Amino acid sequence: MNFGIAEIICQFLVGISRSMILFIVCAGLSFILGVLRVPNIAHGSLYMIGAFATFSITKIVGGTYGFWVALALAPFLVVLVSLVTERLLFCHLYQREHLMLLLFTFSVSLILGDLVKIVWGAEYRSVPPPELLKGSISILGASFPKYNLFLIIIGPLVGIALWLFTTKTKIGKISRAAAVDREMVGVLGINVSWVFAFAFLIGCYLAGVGGALVAPTVSITLGMDHTLIIEAFLIVTIGGLGNMWGALVGSLIFGVTHSFGVLFWPQFAIVFPYMAVVIVLLLRPKGLLKSVW
Amino acid sequence: MAKKESHLKGLWILGIIFILLILVPPFAPRFFTYILSLIFVTSLVAMSLNMVVGFGGMFQFHHGVFYGVGAYATALMLTKTSLPTWIGFIAGPIVATLTGLIIGGFCVRLTRLYFAMLQISLGSLLWAIVYRWYSFTGGDDGIHGIRMPSLLQSLNNSYYFILIILTLSLFLMHKILKSPFGKTLQAIRDNPQRCEAVGINVRRYQLLGIVIATFFAGVAGVLFVILERSVFADLLFWVLSLEIFIMCLLGGWFTFFGPVLGTAIIISLRTFVGKYTEYWTLILGIILILVIFFLPEGVMGYIQELVKPGMKDTGQEGKRIDASSRIGL
Repeated sequence: MNFGIAEIICQFLVGISRSMILFIVCAGLSFILGVLRVPNIAHGSLYMIGAFATFSITKIVGGTYGFWVALALAPFLVVLVSLVTERLLFCHLYQREHLMLLLFTFSVSLILGDLVKIVWGAEYRSVPPPELLKGSISILGASFPKYNLFLIIIGPLVGIALWLFTTKTKIGKISRAAAVDREMVGVLGINVSWVFAFAFLIGCYLAGVGGALVAPTVSITLGMDHTLIIEAFLIVTIGGLGNMWGALVGSLIFGVTHSFGVLFWPQFAIVFPYMAVVIVLLLRPKGLLKSVW
Repeated sequence: MAKKESHLKGLWILGIIFILLILVPPFAPRFFTYILSLIFVTSLVAMSLNMVVGFGGMFQFHHGVFYGVGAYATALMLTKTSLPTWIGFIAGPIVATLTGLIIGGFCVRLTRLYFAMLQISLGSLLWAIVYRWYSFTGGDDGIHGIRMPSLLQSLNNSYYFILIILTLSLFLMHKILKSPFGKTLQAIRDNPQRCEAVGINVRRYQLLGIVIATFFAGVAGVLFVILERSVFADLLFWVLSLEIFIMCLLGGWFTFFGPVLGTAIIISLRTFVGKYTEYWTLILGIILILVIFFLPEGVMGYIQELVKPGMKDTGQEGKRIDASSRIGL
């Protein structure tokens, strides 16, 4: 193993940039888990819809600004889809046992998966990175894509925005209160059903943002929801259920172990993050940070 | 008395179904026989999972791993060694049981969602290894063209072999669930604290339940190899595990035969709806949502309530509601 220090740093940064996408998606999942106590399997499908929508919007708008318009609009398409699902079906099921909710979100993911197939077809799609972020910069002589640098910057921004939202705004505070004690929030005269809906939409918005951000880095295809959702669940668990910073820690563990796996033993790169998760769960079964459950 | 009568009636129905199933291969088209065999194999996995989930109250979210491990163990024995075939067949359940012992041993230290998550991560670890270890497991290509002994060459013979093993396994599972052990397992599901208080070693019982279930999953893995003559890494992927889990929930997870029904529904849907449209999962999703809204006890639970409406008043219902409320995440 004779890598230069530059390669190792670059690979580490690539891992961090991948972690940022995972973090944005997982923060949404974790938020929903915290407030609604629902393991939302459809979260992966929403992420996929975000990516496909980004592809379409980028293509339709075109030009220099295509991707930026898509980044702004695609998450709202995802929010629209989740709003319809939530108000039409999901909100009637909150009283049911968790396994039934799990079954429900799985059914939704089946339906959304096929809807994506109907709308976009089964071909591979790709989105070029925006003009501004094409090419790469040089770090100690090794090249590092500009787009990944952008991801490393935007991840913390989204994290800070979510943190400000949950701690400084009224609706954010109510959501956190509902996560801890939903009966009490109801007793105070707050419509818990709408709080749930709102929290659900925020979570789904983040899934859409994650999907839009990942679009230029991967080939967009059916099935990308399956690989993502299981990683997201594990990340949320090792971080501490419902804890946003836990999602960040979990994503970093997952992303960085994977990128070092790619560097040192590419064939088994995907084994390393799972190994890390197993080790964390064996040592700290309830997650590294405090869970709201 | 009434209980004994209904028991006899149930045996009659099962006997008739069994005889009908024996008569299928000579008369039915080949494809139909194949689909039935696939339903048998998958329902054995689903039943074994239900021993843990429905009767044990544990969130075995990644049960497919044991199915896959059993299949891979047999496939590797048959292709990489020149040992007799039956050793390969035995290797499947043994390796699956050992895997179950190890994974279960870690998992029973936790409960509910944390149990599920540790299991998913351990299972995914195994999947990732199988998926990438090209030189040994064939990676994502899997292993194809596994040679079977002459007795199991034809589809009809395989069908009968699978049917016999399935019947034997179901009989054994039924006996196990009716035994004091099975009753204890259900008691643990309903109230683990109380069981602990009366001196039951909860973890040991749960682990034993997992080990038995994984044994049957391994048997199903061997049957899969016999039927398909190939294995692939998707057998260990979590999507299959979730699908099996859904089969239990759909069929009715507090009933013995529910998972069989759930399996039959999902596989038939995939096969026959899949013939007309490639969007069969859309239809499956809609059906599942209808079931969630209108048949919360699963299809089998609903049928049971139709057949024995009296059960509602005899406290049976109370017990079930109790159980399902305890099996929250």
